Amino acid sequence: MAEVNVLEAIRETLDEALSEDDRVFIIGEDVEAGGVFRATDGLAKRHPGRVKDSPLAESSIIGISIGAAHYGMRPIAEIQFADFIHAGFDQLCSEASRWSYRTKGEQYLPMVVRTPWGGGVHGGQHHSQSIEAYYTHMPGIKVVAPSFPADYRSLLKASIADPNPVLFLEHKRTYRLVKQDVANAPAETSIGRARITRRGADLTMFAYGLMLHECLAASEELAGEGIECTVVDLLSLQPLDVETVLEAARMTGKVLVVHEDTLTGGFGGEIAALIAEHAFEYLDAPIRRLAAPDIPAMPYHHAMEAFFMPDKQKIAAAARDLAAY
Amino acid sequence: MSTETQTPTTLRGLTREQADHFLHQMVLIRRFEEKSGEMYTKGKIRGFLHLYTGQEACAVGAVNVLEERDKVITHYRDHGHALARGLDPNRIMAELYGRVDGVSGGRGGSMHLYDVEKGFLGGYAIVTAHLPLAVGLGLASNLQNEDFVTLCIFGDGSVGEGEFHEALNLAALWDTPVIFFCENNLYGMGVPFQQSLSTEISTLAEAYGITTENVDGMDVVDVYHAAKRAVEHCRAGSGPYFIEALTYRYRGHSMADPELYRLKEEVDEHRKRDAIQRLRSEMVEAGWLDDAGYQAVVDRVEREVDEAVAFADASPEPALESLFDNILAEDARG
Repeated sequence: MAEVNVLEAIRETLDEALSEDDRVFIIGEDVEAGGVFRATDGLAKRHPGRVKDSPLAESSIIGISIGAAHYGMRPIAEIQFADFIHAGFDQLCSEASRWSYRTKGEQYLPMVVRTPWGGGVHGGQHHSQSIEAYYTHMPGIKVVAPSFPADYRSLLKASIADPNPVLFLEHKRTYRLVKQDVANAPAETSIGRARITRRGADLTMFAYGLMLHECLAASEELAGEGIECTVVDLLSLQPLDVETVLEAARMTGKVLVVHEDTLTGGFGGEIAALIAEHAFEYLDAPIRRLAAPDIPAMPYHHAMEAFFMPDKQKIAAAARDLAAY
Repeated sequence: MSTETQTPTTLRGLTREQADHFLHQMVLIRRFEEKSGEMYTKGKIRGFLHLYTGQEACAVGAVNVLEERDKVITHYRDHGHALARGLDPNRIMAELYGRVDGVSGGRGGSMHLYDVEKGFLGGYAIVTAHLPLAVGLGLASNLQNEDFVTLCIFGDGSVGEGEFHEALNLAALWDTPVIFFCENNLYGMGVPFQQSLSTEISTLAEAYGITTENVDGMDVVDVYHAAKRAVEHCRAGSGPYFIEALTYRYRGHSMADPELYRLKEEVDEHRKRDAIQRLRSEMVEAGWLDDAGYQAVVDRVEREVDEAVAFADASPEPALESLFDNILAEDARG
């Protein structure tokens, strides 16, 4: 099978879902023409009437998906940029997350919200943000953030089949970053499981999205210096694979949590807290978090943006400090 | 002339059976709400309680037009709509009490009733958040080539929210079978709706190209006929329909409302339009009802409401361990 990048993996998965189940439909801004990143390219033609352009109304895109799911449809909503999703925050958090709960499990809500997130594309303050921490705080919705084509494919498939609302985060820098033979590459098929992507005895890195690739690149460089890293691809942030997180922390006793989101209240704090609570005795060094600085938005200027985002060099530097502790 | 020939077969288009049913439902809602208020002051019901007293004609006139396959989605002042849709009064009262046998097992309370089996998709207490959901139900109806209609009820307080405008635009754009039913009770909490809106409510709906009508929301027959036109319009695939029903709530916004924004005289003035008394006197005029007949309706309702209270009182408190159940649905269920 030919190798595909993340965008191709997503497009093929959407195409299959539309072919296999007539309850599936796609709704979003510009999706009929293929969307900003071309994720839905060609799908409107192949599935007439089931790939639906919406006006710019993010709250309603999500609310309409909820309503359609109430009638047994399997909506896949696309929010053009993750930065735009907050207009629909109420629909996701006040309504979608609670349907199973308020109906005592008599009802369920199968819907997916896909959205491109993250920086490194000079998108500035409204086209670059990390949004995961707002939504991982909300019990009742799942939050998935893959890094490799094969996982994007298998987890998007799992998200569409899931009876719960799933926020499917697509880091826009990963769209064309790597290719994989998705039929044969390792892929996680269950939401809620993390994967230990690389094993090394000196320290453990936790990451997701673009930062996972940066961690792997840093680990490669560090291996040349004799520092061996374990790298955990979290894949699913809510629910979180707590068992694998703790296991990977215990394996090395030194933990570096990396994310592109700003530090305070970021998802890394949750990882750090879990390890501190449940694996404290195994730690040989304070848990280290590497994240974007606490400033309101990803800056536009290329050098400022680079300063804002963690990357391979910053990760390697933090890892060296930690290894030497 | 015999008595039989003097008795008309319809009352402004209602059959006698319908009129009996409407009268019973309106009296039931009225009494259920009064009793809920009593139980609130006794501490049996807690939190926020919003009574529907005065607005009965809206729920009864509109909901009764629907078929079984149609859907109702509504706002937080939802007891009347639930009762009109045929939800069990016992289970509604148990929900107000927060008991196991309540429709939501005590998780929802007054503002979050639902019964999906009955096509009652719930009360929503984030004002206007349910309007896009109604459009989604309408979209599903179209995508699946079904002909079910969604009755979406909200108050005048909704029209300032962005989602009101998004939903109207989308419903009209996609010709979704949604009846937007605005219960204009003149106040958003304590603010007269004119202070919240630069134009008329129905003008807004018309601006989106939606067929719109205004009705007297305290005349159950008028409401019924408007809703009937709306259902026919939606069922025929002609897109959404908008009804603005002018109504009035006799009680405060919630039990905690001291009602400083209106005079008692204003409330009394609106009570002269009372929907129950209007239908009652029309039925008397038609020879369909006498004092004994009306008293029989009141007595029946009294029994039903007493039974609901007894049921709620007897229902167990929910087990705290059940709090963790159903946070997520477990399986794909096809």
